[in-house]
Amino acid sequence: MLVKGMSARDEASETGGEGTTRPSRPRPKVRLRMINAKVSRGSALFLGGLPFLFVAIVYLIASAQRLAVNPSDKLLPSPAQMWSAFLDLATVPDRRSGDLILWVDTYASLLRLFAGVGVATFAALSLGIAIGFIPRVRAFLLPFVTVVCVIPPLALLPILFIALGLGETAKITLIAVGVAPVMVRDIANRVMELPSELVAKAQTLGGNSWTMVLRLVLPQVMPRLITCVRLALGPAWLFLIAAEAIASTEGLGYRIFLVRRYLSMDVILPYVAWITLLAVITDWLLVRLSQAMSPWAHPLEAR
Amino acid sequence: MSRIVVHGLEKSYGDARVLERVNVTAEAGEFLSLVGASGCGKSTFLRILLGQEQQSSGVVIVGDGPIVPEPTPQRGIVFQRYSVFPHLTAMQNLLLVEDFRSGGPFGRVFGARRRKARQEAEAMLARVGLAHARDLYPASLSGGMQQRLAIAQTLLGRPQILLLDEPFGALDPGIRVEMHDLLTELWTEHGMTVVMVTHDIGEAFKLGTRVLVFDKVRHDPQFPSAYGATITYDLRLDRKTRASSHHLAKVAAMVGTTRPETAMATTAS
Ligand SMILES: Nc1ncnc2c1ncn2[C@@H]1O[C@H](COP(=O)(O)OP(=O)(O)O)[C@@H](O)[C@H]1O
Ligand SMILES: [Mg+2]
Repeated sequence: MLVKGMSARDEASETGGEGTTRPSRPRPKVRLRMINAKVSRGSALFLGGLPFLFVAIVYLIASAQRLAVNPSDKLLPSPAQMWSAFLDLATVPDRRSGDLILWVDTYASLLRLFAGVGVATFAALSLGIAIGFIPRVRAFLLPFVTVVCVIPPLALLPILFIALGLGETAKITLIAVGVAPVMVRDIANRVMELPSELVAKAQTLGGNSWTMVLRLVLPQVMPRLITCVRLALGPAWLFLIAAEAIASTEGLGYRIFLVRRYLSMDVILPYVAWITLLAVITDWLLVRLSQAMSPWAHPLEAR
Repeated sequence: MSRIVVHGLEKSYGDARVLERVNVTAEAGEFLSLVGASGCGKSTFLRILLGQEQQSSGVVIVGDGPIVPEPTPQRGIVFQRYSVFPHLTAMQNLLLVEDFRSGGPFGRVFGARRRKARQEAEAMLARVGLAHARDLYPASLSGGMQQRLAIAQTLLGRPQILLLDEPFGALDPGIRVEMHDLLTELWTEHGMTVVMVTHDIGEAFKLGTRVLVFDKVRHDPQFPSAYGATITYDLRLDRKTRASSHHLAKVAAMVGTTRPETAMATTAS
């Protein structure tokens, strides 16, 4: 196919030699396999935007239809209604408490989320490295962690509320307990996957167990740890919203479940979008953090 | 700088015997080339000398006493793969040696000691021709550059014994000759005992002061892994034997891989 295309091009340049300008070479038409066809930046942007556009259009049409039938319909509010409800929550102080509700909710939720995920990350790092690197600790803790991993965390929620009360501790603990075991196991696995050549070499250079943790294991697992945190944030939001729905006085999850009673879709939908935005930003920041901390693990992006 | 004595060494993995009745004594400063068919246990032997694995039975003495059953700074190693730390630049890889040696709680040296380590590392980088690559990560170094860095790093650890497991196996022939010259120079400068595994018989003859062939002498057709390999040929090289195509052809026939003519060409290079 390629050969045919090239000969066609040669002919074109010969016949077009009338003296004025050489005709632009017709590009050989080669049909690549689907899996090899490259996507340009522009079309990637376009293609990536399509699903969003599709959902937005479907929503707008459905919403407009419902509102045309019944202007006080609450189920599919118009963008304008949602925007004004959202702006109210963000800028107008609450009548009773005088708080700007959106920011109070966001602050409370993010604090819980980051505290829970932070505790889990610390556990993953310390326990995961200890389990992965030190055979004695592995023998001691790996069976336990493996069993804990299969307990559904939401089933622990009542126990946590009974044992720790309805305060912040129970919510943060739920998030930490919910995401930590999987992270611990993942980091331990990563440490065990370290090429034995590297560990042997570090020892021949005089590394002891502790200095090898600092200079070999820690930097080697850092990219994986950040990936772990990115993956853990999904379940973490789930546990956060579940805990807030049950016992809280502020928070994004609390608000959604509170206004559900009044069918306030004009608040719920923007809140869901807001949570999504927060999650996307967190994820993006983590990718950036990984690139900054472990440039060696991202050779392509670093260029 | 240290002699190695191996007596009656045997190594099995479960039922599979890999090495048996291995006896060898290497005097300080010798350069041993280990050759043998693929999978016959050369790397296993090297890992035992390194301390990464232990023999099933037999005695291994390194320097003044029985081998410590874990890797120590006494013995340096250069692997074919994972030979340097991918998360550190060339310079950082070399600085790491002093950091590890200090053994401090931060795994890092500071102040005057760091400046001195940096000078030493700069000198070593220049010595192996990597001064221009000091801030590159190993992923952006060529195979030959990575191995040069690995050798430099290992030498900064000042080992008495240098172990090499097919260190140049993945390199182009031209680069390989460069590496041979570098290794010979460094060995002459530092005078350590070297044990090098290679599948290139020409390389074995060119670099070593002694060539050891690993092979199985006993075979059980019903159960191929019943017997392990041992040292079947031990040739001390002087100027005459090194250049002799007769010895080279003999070893090549034992190993059954490299064609003697190509091996001769390597030795002559
Ligand atoms: N950890 C291990 N467990 C089981 N068998 C092994 C292990 N390491 C090596 N072997 C076996 O020992 C034999 C020798 O391996 P190796 O020393 O790598 O050979 P060489 O380096 O000479 O090519 C091979 O048959 C291999 O399958
Ligand atoms: Mg091998």
